[in-house]
Amino acid sequence: MREIEAIIERYGAQRRHVISMLQDIQARFHYLPKDALMEVAARVRIPLIDLYSIATFYNCFSLLPRGEHVIKVCLGTACHLKGGTRLVEALERELGVREGEMTPDGRFSFETVRCVGACALAPLVLIDERYYPKMTQRKLTQVLARLRRPQPAAEAG
Amino acid sequence: MKIRTLEQLRALEHELRAARDRKPCVRVCGGTGCRARGSEDVFGRFRVVLENEGLADAVEVKFTGCHGLCERGPLVSLAPHGIFYQSVEAGDVPAIVTETLARGVVIERLLAQDPITGKRVRQEQEIPFYRRQQRIVLRFNGVIDPTDIREYIALGGYRALGDVLTHKTPEEVIEIIERSGLRGRGGAGFPTGRKWRLARAAPGSIKYVICNGDEGDPGAFMDRSLLEGNPHSVIEGMIIGAYAVGATRGIIYVREEYPLAVRTLQIALAQAREYGFLGEAIFDSAFSFDIEIVRGAGAFVAGEETALIAAVEGRVSEPRQRPPYPVQRGVWGHPTVINNVETWANVPIILERGPEWFARLGTATSKGTKIFSLVGKVANTGLVEIPMGMTLRELVEEIGGGALPQREIKAVQIGGPSGGCLPKALFDLPIDYESLTEAGAMMGSGGLIVMDDRTCMVDVARYFMDFLRDESCGKCLPCREGTQRMYELLTAMCEGRATDADLDVLEELAQVVKETSLCGLGQTAPNPVLTTLRYFRSEYEAHIRQKRCPAGVCKALIRYVINAERCTGCVACVQPCPQHAISGQLKQPHVIDPERCIKCGICYEVCQFGAVEIV
Repeated sequence: MREIEAIIERYGAQRRHVISMLQDIQARFHYLPKDALMEVAARVRIPLIDLYSIATFYNCFSLLPRGEHVIKVCLGTACHLKGGTRLVEALERELGVREGEMTPDGRFSFETVRCVGACALAPLVLIDERYYPKMTQRKLTQVLARLRRPQPAAEAG
Repeated sequence: MKIRTLEQLRALEHELRAARDRKPCVRVCGGTGCRARGSEDVFGRFRVVLENEGLADAVEVKFTGCHGLCERGPLVSLAPHGIFYQSVEAGDVPAIVTETLARGVVIERLLAQDPITGKRVRQEQEIPFYRRQQRIVLRFNGVIDPTDIREYIALGGYRALGDVLTHKTPEEVIEIIERSGLRGRGGAGFPTGRKWRLARAAPGSIKYVICNGDEGDPGAFMDRSLLEGNPHSVIEGMIIGAYAVGATRGIIYVREEYPLAVRTLQIALAQAREYGFLGEAIFDSAFSFDIEIVRGAGAFVAGEETALIAAVEGRVSEPRQRPPYPVQRGVWGHPTVINNVETWANVPIILERGPEWFARLGTATSKGTKIFSLVGKVANTGLVEIPMGMTLRELVEEIGGGALPQREIKAVQIGGPSGGCLPKALFDLPIDYESLTEAGAMMGSGGLIVMDDRTCMVDVARYFMDFLRDESCGKCLPCREGTQRMYELLTAMCEGRATDADLDVLEELAQVVKETSLCGLGQTAPNPVLTTLRYFRSEYEAHIRQKRCPAGVCKALIRYVINAERCTGCVACVQPCPQHAISGQLKQPHVIDPERCIKCGICYEVCQFGAVEIV
């Protein structure tokens, strides 16, 4: 909670900076924990319902925890034309969860985004903020397989 | 150091330029496209190799903004040679250093190839993609390091600001912008000078200028590239605008989805303060001004100016009725000028080169140039800047290089979700505000998406409606419910469940939403439907009457089959099929079991012989 306090203080607990506070909380925890929202509401003196409406209105906020790896499929116009939807379907098949959900083991979250502005590389997938240009279903399965592999405990000498 | 006079600025400019011209320079593109293709590694490698070769002091390496030809990235240009290398990998760097930089030998394989003559060309200007462009706003993109203000100053940056603050009255500045004919680059094309005049005339001691960098249109990255590649041009434009309208506070609203743009802007603002271009008594005048960044949290509607104001104030981004317009009542009730990123970036050039020079570019009613992100089903995708009045054909065929192999272009979508789809038959249309609006589309902010015979126009309309129903803020009923219902009707069409009567309802609904929505976004939301109905009605009819998708896109109406004559029996498609629906022995034609097939298209994707067909 001390971290939440620091974020609120960064903006002087001012009402007008409440979106920035939520953005910083989201960046830190990858979602908006309920406790954090209640803390902001109390400190900024704003009804919790107003925070809830902001949190559910803007695309960048999530009220649900996210997985270890966050996969985002871009569905901008260029990505749509070049098969973005098929990538979404492929992920649903591969991960067994639907868009916006997290796998039961907490390894992967998968969501769609409205254009990340790298349209020349369509269709595009972002995994943990890294861009994967000109994606195909085949390449996506390969990347997933690599991420699924258990990480070696230590580098072999 | 603080710059207080025009003389100091000039002296610094000369000093920096002289230092700059002394050394050869490697410019590695740091645009999003090139970064995704590994340009950071290329940049890092240059530093290491130059160090190892003992050339670290003799050659400069810069990580610049977007060069434009994203399709061929990572891009590297060498000054003063003017050599332009494309698809450069980190492994190519030693050769570039030891061959080209050290001995002047050009590496042929990294040069662009002229698609017609097949000849390798050395210079950027020889490449057809660049030859027809007129890069004015983008002139420093790909040339300067955006994280160093001295780079911008060396090329004459902030000279216009210095001149304005020492020699011109705010009235004179407004008059210059009016005479130039500059119109808003965010979409609607409102005359910038008039907007400024209204804001100046509005009563109030506190006024704001805002840079709208929300860029929510899918398929657009012009503003991003400008903010990431040349942030000071936008900042300088805002300071000049603030002086003209009498504003003391500035806000740059930029999407959080563009973290690099946010970071670049933070650096640029800090440097502008350090040099005294922001803060108290700029150029020792009575004018003080500063800019803060507000990060957008992701809402398409925030691009609408009254909705943007709500977002800046920390509220849910809902538009309100106009008037009062923001120039009368904007942020916190104060008069506010909101201009788009590209509009602001045009301002310093107009003041530097004069309104007459600017007004000579473009057409009678649309002056200057326009930046487009040229993407979709076209050979050369990337960031382009063209004079207004160029035809769509020139843009798509000559700069874009035409269709992808074996495909045929049939339309362009211009103006994002508020714009429209224009068919090939209209490709001789000049790109200006009026012509595009008349044809049912709009200039928009600059997204230009090329579509070919494998693009289904009903699916495109459905895509935009899906986007809009999701992004509709929900405040007014026509937009909230209308986009949802249009989406449902279009989905029924794509799935072969619709009737002729549905088509009539769709058309009527589109008209109602257009005429009765509260804000500009709602009023233009039906455009993707209306233009596809107007120009591609036969595709709608095929979906409804024949239950057929002519482009082979709509899943419910297509089947994948293997052409036995073309199939070599390579089994490449057998294993990837998630349904195990493909059977066949090695060197025997394969067969898809339609009962099992879920039409995911992986077989189509992996087949190298074109044997998988869509029927």
